[in-house]
Amino acid sequence: MRYLDKEAIENIAIGAAFLGTGGGGDPYIGKLMALSAIEKNGPVKLYSVDEIADEDFFIPAAMMGAPSVLVEKFPRGDEFVKVFQKLAQYLGKEKIAGTYPMEAGGVNSMIPIVVAAQLGLPLIDCDGMGRAFPELQMVTFHLDGISATPMAITDEKGNIGIFETIDNKWTERLARTATVEMGASALVSLYPTTGAQMKNSGVHHIITLSEKIGEIIASKNKEVNDKLQELLNLVSGFELFQGKIVDVIRETKGGFNLGKMNLEGIDVNKDEQMKVHFQNENLLAEKNEQVVAMTPDLICLVDYETLLPVTTESLKYGKRVRVIGLPANEKWRTAKGIETAGPKYFGYDYDYEPIEEIVKKGAAEHV
Amino acid sequence: MYKIGIDVGGTNTDAILLDNNNKLIHSVKSPTSLDIKTGIETSLRNLLQDLAIDKTQISHAMLGTTQCTNAIVERKKLAKVGVIRLGYPATASVLPYTAWPQDMVDNLSGNYALVHGGYEYDGQVLSQLDENEIRSLLEGWRQEVESIAIVGVFSSIKNDQELKVRNIIQQVYGDEFPISCSSLIGSVGLIERENATILNAALCKVIETTTQGFVHALQTEGIFNAEVYLCQNDGTLMSIDYAKQFPILTIACGPTNSIRGASYLSQIKDTMVLDVGGTTSDIGVLQDGFPRESSVAVEVGDIRTNFRMPDIISVGLGGGSIVRVNDGKITVGPDSVGYKISQEALVFGGDTLTTTDIAVRLGLANIGDRSLVAHLDEAFAKDVQKEMASLLEQAIDKMKTSSEDVQLVLVGGGSIIVPESLRGVASVIKNEHGSVANAIGASIAQISGQYEQIYIYAKEPREESLKDAQNKAVKQAVLAGALPETIELVEVEETPLAYHPENATRLKVKVVGKMA
Repeated sequence: MRYLDKEAIENIAIGAAFLGTGGGGDPYIGKLMALSAIEKNGPVKLYSVDEIADEDFFIPAAMMGAPSVLVEKFPRGDEFVKVFQKLAQYLGKEKIAGTYPMEAGGVNSMIPIVVAAQLGLPLIDCDGMGRAFPELQMVTFHLDGISATPMAITDEKGNIGIFETIDNKWTERLARTATVEMGASALVSLYPTTGAQMKNSGVHHIITLSEKIGEIIASKNKEVNDKLQELLNLVSGFELFQGKIVDVIRETKGGFNLGKMNLEGIDVNKDEQMKVHFQNENLLAEKNEQVVAMTPDLICLVDYETLLPVTTESLKYGKRVRVIGLPANEKWRTAKGIETAGPKYFGYDYDYEPIEEIVKKGAAEHV
Repeated sequence: MYKIGIDVGGTNTDAILLDNNNKLIHSVKSPTSLDIKTGIETSLRNLLQDLAIDKTQISHAMLGTTQCTNAIVERKKLAKVGVIRLGYPATASVLPYTAWPQDMVDNLSGNYALVHGGYEYDGQVLSQLDENEIRSLLEGWRQEVESIAIVGVFSSIKNDQELKVRNIIQQVYGDEFPISCSSLIGSVGLIERENATILNAALCKVIETTTQGFVHALQTEGIFNAEVYLCQNDGTLMSIDYAKQFPILTIACGPTNSIRGASYLSQIKDTMVLDVGGTTSDIGVLQDGFPRESSVAVEVGDIRTNFRMPDIISVGLGGGSIVRVNDGKITVGPDSVGYKISQEALVFGGDTLTTTDIAVRLGLANIGDRSLVAHLDEAFAKDVQKEMASLLEQAIDKMKTSSEDVQLVLVGGGSIIVPESLRGVASVIKNEHGSVANAIGASIAQISGQYEQIYIYAKEPREESLKDAQNKAVKQAVLAGALPETIELVEVEETPLAYHPENATRLKVKVVGKMA
């Protein structure tokens, strides 16, 4: 067990934006909420998964909806407690042992810190994605057959709903509709889990990983190349490209931000091109017309100089970035994982190939 | 008919006179004074004393000033602000002034209230405005605030609540009370827009003094008939009345003026501009005659805001930068002898080695006494020049949008120090009046209007939405002093919103017109 203080939260927010792979919402507002919450209630306890009991019961907390709505209409502040307690009550559980992030990437890294601070509950160092994904069933618990429901959903006005659905895709459909009606931004509690389930189906040590990523990126007085190397070592990642954004093509389809960006190589990648396709998150990267990374592996864009993560909403002509690829958690690389969040699910006609193998192959071809 | 342009820089206050055809008649430089005002008066006097022109023929006077920036950075002369946020019960989890530097909050007195109001993303009411709630708040604030910032949730979609609150405040505190509405200042992103609006509200006293001072300085010199304008940071102008409503838009107008002036002098609308001053060099990019806008949230005095700013890179290299050798390694800047260059540089008989001395030694410039730098080893001078070139080359590369070599327009008083050839630069264009490009930029600026709103294309088709936004932008421009018949559309930015089922798009348009 250890405590998360202000500095830890600042670093986690940077790491979460990185693991958000362009989507998941900029954690800036979330960070301000978390900082306000611990200022009022004191620092939050962080437990590792090894420190929790199998039979204890946990509920994650998250926000659902459009990142662009969240930056304008953010919560009242007591919704988290309300929705959390509503679900506990519905489940008939007297004691909830803690909370944790559904999604490590983006704004949802911060919401459970707010809940933990407000309820005086421990936060567990685990999530259900190891990154950010756009839909509710894209969670490692889902891969192991754990139900997203019963789930509770609320807004700042005080409306509360409970869903019990026949499967997790229906949860996504119904919750999405409710979210839009609630003003395109809602608070949700779902995937109630036992300690044993978390140990078995969660992505462990993810908050600590986010914090370490943030620490490296935020560290001063270090050469950018040293920082980058440290970061790549930490996440077993690869620098795929150094380039400048020369074009961003966007469209809205089925309630998602779809698009692609064209990058023109600079420095080591001079005279080369990269295309990155995104649907909220970055999902597919092609270098010189060859696919070099694809979902569920992570494709992270960072600022060329500062290594600060770049979100898909802030992409703009002329921005200089590095494209970093990292392997997804092993759970995503199973048949069910690839079926749930692989390239074909998002409409890209490619068979999934792990990033490290593509990189190895590419290196071999250069020899 | 003549125009006067004045640019107050960190080191010099430049003044220029243009004729009817924007031809430069005369220009002067004088040191910027601590109180700004004296520097403006001196430069005006120096500009006009040698000229036999009829002062009644001076029809326009433009001022580019850093006073608002300085006031924020130095936390001086700021007004006590009351913040009214319309959004309760939403948004209570992050209150106004969260993450602000405490000394700044203390300076503005930190008054705020979260009241009922605000809209949803699709324009539905989030909660109803309560007039009594506002009125009793204002009674309580009577002795507490000198200026009010109003910010409403999704006011970029619908701002009638913000405007209604403005009316109530005027009823209670009178028509003259300074009020800033967030929907007219920043873009989507409540916290950043609120911050920008608070800063705008805090600047009401500074802008009042500045504009009065400028008008007074003009009158002292016998100029009574001129329309007076202030420069905005997007390369356009605003009338004094408009400036009083939006003082924050003067922030960073200096680099913008240089870029615009460079465009005018070189007659090029798309290029990169390097403006070398005494202490720093600013690099900006001209797109269709206007500076490229920054795409990231910008911090002003350590406060995160989202109002528009030019995309500028500053390097600590200017005509007065100090050259040193440490353990055989050459460093240039970032410190500078600044306005004391005429005493401290070697060529002027001083004892500090500056970049200007290097330029003179290498025969790039002919100022001061050449013989005073003759002892410098040529190879050494060339090494220093290489170091200077490298600083500039890195910054230029950062601003490029393609790997191709760029065309560079060189302006500013310190531009003599720039080497003839730079890596990544195809050609360098200079102009004899380049040293007063900023004042020229100030005086040739046009008048703009901008409008931003989220439109639901499923309900209001794209063409209609565009037209609506354009009409509203034109209204803004006319309010700011543009001639309606000269206004043209210069920028359209569309951003589709995530998750929205009906194709909602954030639409931002900008129009520009000639001065009325």
